[in-house]
Amino acid sequence: MNDQVMSPEQRAANLKGMGCARKRVEDVRFTQGKGRYVDDIKLDGMLFGDFVRSPYAHARVVSVDTSEAMKVPGVVAVLTAQDLAPLGLHWMPTLAGDRQMVLADGKVLFQGQEVAFVVASDRYAAADAVEKVVVEYEELPVVVDPFKALEPDAPVLREDLEGKMTGAHGPRRHHNHIFTWEQGDKDATEAVLAGADVVAEEMVYYHRTHPSPLETCGCVAAMDKVTGKLTLYGTFQAPHAIRTVVSLISGLAEHNIRVISPDIGGGFGNKVGAYSGYVCSVVASIVTGKPVKWVEDRMENLMSTAFARDYWMHGKIAATKEGKITGLWCHTTADHGGFDACADPTKFPAGFMNICTGSYDIPTAYLAVDGVYTNKAPGGVAYRCSFRVTEAAYFIERMIEVLAIKLGMDAAELRRINFIRKDQFPYQSALGWEYDSGDYHTAWEKALNAVGYDALRKEQAQRLEDFKAGKTRKLIGIGLTHFTEIVGAGPVKNCDILGLGMFDSCEIRIHPTGSAIARLGTISQGQGHATTFAQILASEIGIPADNITVEEGDTDTAPYGLGTYGSRSTPVAGAATAMAGRKIRAKAQMIAAWLLEVHDDDVEFDVDRFVVKGAPERFKTMKEIAFAAYNQAIPGLEPGLEAVSYYDPPNMTYPFGAYICVMEIDVDTGVHEVRQFYALDDCGTRINPMVIEGQIHGGATEGYAIAMGQEIAYDDMGNHKSATLMDFFIPTSWETPTYQTDFTVTPSPHHPIGAKGVGESPNVGSVPCFSNAVHDAFRPFGLTQSHMPHDQWRIWKIANDLGLHG
Amino acid sequence: MIPAGFDYHRPADLASALSILQTHGDEARVIAGGHSLIPMMKLRMAEIAHLVDLQDITDLKGITVGDAEVVIGAMTTQAELIGHDGLAARLPLLREAALQIADPQVRNMGTVGGNVANGDPGNDMPGLMQCLDASYEVVGPDGARMIPAREFYEAAYFTARGDDEILTRIVIPVPAAGTGYAYVKQKRKIGDYATAAAAVLVGKGGASVAMTNLADTPVWSEEASAALAAGDIEGAVAAMLDAIDPQEDMKGPVAFKKHVAAVILRRAIAQAQARAA
Repeated sequence: MNDQVMSPEQRAANLKGMGCARKRVEDVRFTQGKGRYVDDIKLDGMLFGDFVRSPYAHARVVSVDTSEAMKVPGVVAVLTAQDLAPLGLHWMPTLAGDRQMVLADGKVLFQGQEVAFVVASDRYAAADAVEKVVVEYEELPVVVDPFKALEPDAPVLREDLEGKMTGAHGPRRHHNHIFTWEQGDKDATEAVLAGADVVAEEMVYYHRTHPSPLETCGCVAAMDKVTGKLTLYGTFQAPHAIRTVVSLISGLAEHNIRVISPDIGGGFGNKVGAYSGYVCSVVASIVTGKPVKWVEDRMENLMSTAFARDYWMHGKIAATKEGKITGLWCHTTADHGGFDACADPTKFPAGFMNICTGSYDIPTAYLAVDGVYTNKAPGGVAYRCSFRVTEAAYFIERMIEVLAIKLGMDAAELRRINFIRKDQFPYQSALGWEYDSGDYHTAWEKALNAVGYDALRKEQAQRLEDFKAGKTRKLIGIGLTHFTEIVGAGPVKNCDILGLGMFDSCEIRIHPTGSAIARLGTISQGQGHATTFAQILASEIGIPADNITVEEGDTDTAPYGLGTYGSRSTPVAGAATAMAGRKIRAKAQMIAAWLLEVHDDDVEFDVDRFVVKGAPERFKTMKEIAFAAYNQAIPGLEPGLEAVSYYDPPNMTYPFGAYICVMEIDVDTGVHEVRQFYALDDCGTRINPMVIEGQIHGGATEGYAIAMGQEIAYDDMGNHKSATLMDFFIPTSWETPTYQTDFTVTPSPHHPIGAKGVGESPNVGSVPCFSNAVHDAFRPFGLTQSHMPHDQWRIWKIANDLGLHG
Repeated sequence: MIPAGFDYHRPADLASALSILQTHGDEARVIAGGHSLIPMMKLRMAEIAHLVDLQDITDLKGITVGDAEVVIGAMTTQAELIGHDGLAARLPLLREAALQIADPQVRNMGTVGGNVANGDPGNDMPGLMQCLDASYEVVGPDGARMIPAREFYEAAYFTARGDDEILTRIVIPVPAAGTGYAYVKQKRKIGDYATAAAAVLVGKGGASVAMTNLADTPVWSEEASAALAAGDIEGAVAAMLDAIDPQEDMKGPVAFKKHVAAVILRRAIAQAQARAA
């Protein structure tokens, strides 16, 4: 069938553009083991780095003796803070405006902290030499509890900040205090609380966990002493920002640094920041003139590179006796570990925690966050979420449940009467955001109907009767969640990281034969950018997605961008892609008009071609137009067909969803079974339904892990208790629930294609949903709040504390 | 996670393996499936100068199913054990338990002999073998001797096997026809050690009860077994709770483990009784 007889629908289908469940082009290499990850990179003469790490959570480093280590065959160098100090590289800036030791400078602040860096001809020699470095420590008192860290006589953790009563985010009131961040109207909120019919109050803890991507963090630094050019391969979620940071802290000119993110085996926030391994590898390569590889192992990943969450959220929620919420108050104590290495936009030291009014029309609200130093690993990254949005969603979705208990109301009904109505968008929240679009009531009713909510409640009530009658030892919990995210950071006017505005970019080159390459400032870590961005372009410029290469991650070739995290790729780089595509289309229109010998305005775009208005038999396909761009001398037009767009989004996007979980809980063993998990997501325009479904499955599985067992735990001495996958819960296919996905479509009004981003929604939404299911099972027995993770012994303890074990 | 250097030996027969152990004394260790030893070496909690791999010794493989007893070669993998239908017909408890060990990849490498010989209190097979009243054949410079499983485990990673001996075979008496059996295990996820696991045989006036990962050795309780043989389930549970000594870890506190031990034991007993002819 040729171009002339195919219907527009057939031609559109051939493009595999937006809406097509196109198979992921990346999976051909991933499923055949042909991906190329950092540890696959082997360069001539490459050396290997490995760290000596602190066994103590808080100790003075009295001495570091490297002499025996240097005798191990194959060892080239052992770096300590003393070696880095003359270069000014023994400390490095963090993304949060703090600074962090690259190698222990006089003391250590968490177990697993980097003390010395061994460089050797192979990783076995490096590991042997690590054992030979003799470090003398003098133990210091350890603080792992952020509340105890703020007591007057708490040990001073950051001696380098002594006397500095102002930090990057304002005044510090205690030697272990980092910042206080306030949003909303404190006085008005307290007045509402004082006069309210009902106030529910609770401490909601979102425990410390870790993104733990399948591939751990690592890099290969290769300094070419002849050209003066440094090539840095790494597992970077933000390769361009890393290039700028490396330039700023190393003094190397930015044009002499090439950062390459090859295939990345998951990031989830863990690979946003800069780590000691990167700095030490770069220094070692400069010193030795040879490439240096550093790849952390799983224990190092769990112990030292960025953790997530660890928020103690004290909440008060006020309502009328009919259940209309009138005010929300939240004070959060945020445990940041030994250094403040959170990855947030500069002006948001607690990320977007001020989205904590959630999906609800809450007229008055106040939020304060206190950041605190403790003897734990630094981090605080957004683990598959926009900055602190999971914490905010968990907080409000728990507070809604707690309020429902206080009011004696059904939690689905309480949500229904408090949702922001469709006609209120764009909606100004009490904590300062403008929600772009939403239709929460429609999503909620669809979800409740899909699971048969009323019948489920009846079944649950019958089960409760049976339980009380001694006929069963299993309870049913019904977990509800309606979440609203804030993603797509973000507008340059208020979002930057280290002064770099959080725009993103796309550059397109159309080849003479009508295929194309698009390069973006983002970097896929499994999201499927090469698949979905080609689909956006296919619909925008009429070239089949199969004929479009999408390339990311090489700072020498890709346009500058801030990278991939916070569900920002589609909202920001996806918008840049559409806008660059429209520039291509605008020029293509002029070429088509010239070829068809009509005025520019007399042709119009039709799927994959421009046609003369009123004469559809007269047209030029994009393939013909592309060739013309390279072989015709068109008056007034430059040859070629290329475009670049840097997109500064006017607002964030606000995806939302309605999730429902039905869980069976064995009160005697604490063992649970997820019987049903329904996830309705509204991410605006849907680019690839299959990729979306994959994202929901992956994110919900991480959410399941977090809610039901995954944690980074420390004992009182600051010893890490969950540094292997034996104790750090990552579900296998056996534990993973079956998911039932659904959707509504409420496009973003300000995004060029109406898309909102979806990769993180399922983590944000599923954690409170699973947790609420556990709480709901025990609600009839008086449970109001029990902290995650809900692993077997903690569920057992709920039942035991409630006297259910007789 | 990189072990210190070591020499790797791969003898083709038992005599050669014993000779290597003789030569290197406590600097040598035998390795079967490696699931306990290799992680310990990678963590440098064990530094073994001479690793003696037993996988080429064919005499240590194989399953023989007799009317009175079953003999399992030490290098038999869990997967081979699970896949042996004759064994499953005679000793269904073994397959039921082995299917609850780790995951298929681990079971393809992990051996029955390694599982019982290492003395890791988390392993499932030791408690199971005590329940079945199995005996282990160990061979050393002075020849072979049999050690009952119920006398083999002294403390975590300490057993009655000498450093110069190799565990070669496991001999299991076949329970009387109609004996009910059950292996019930609570764990956090696939691949995890037991939070609590119970092996139960009951029927024909006899009973045997053992539990796993609730003390620094597997726990077979004579009192619990006797109580169950007499039909006193709560007596059996009480006796077992007296015998176990769980420690707090990431799986939970002691009170939780004791409670779950009792629940799991009751469930195993109920299942075994339901299966008894």
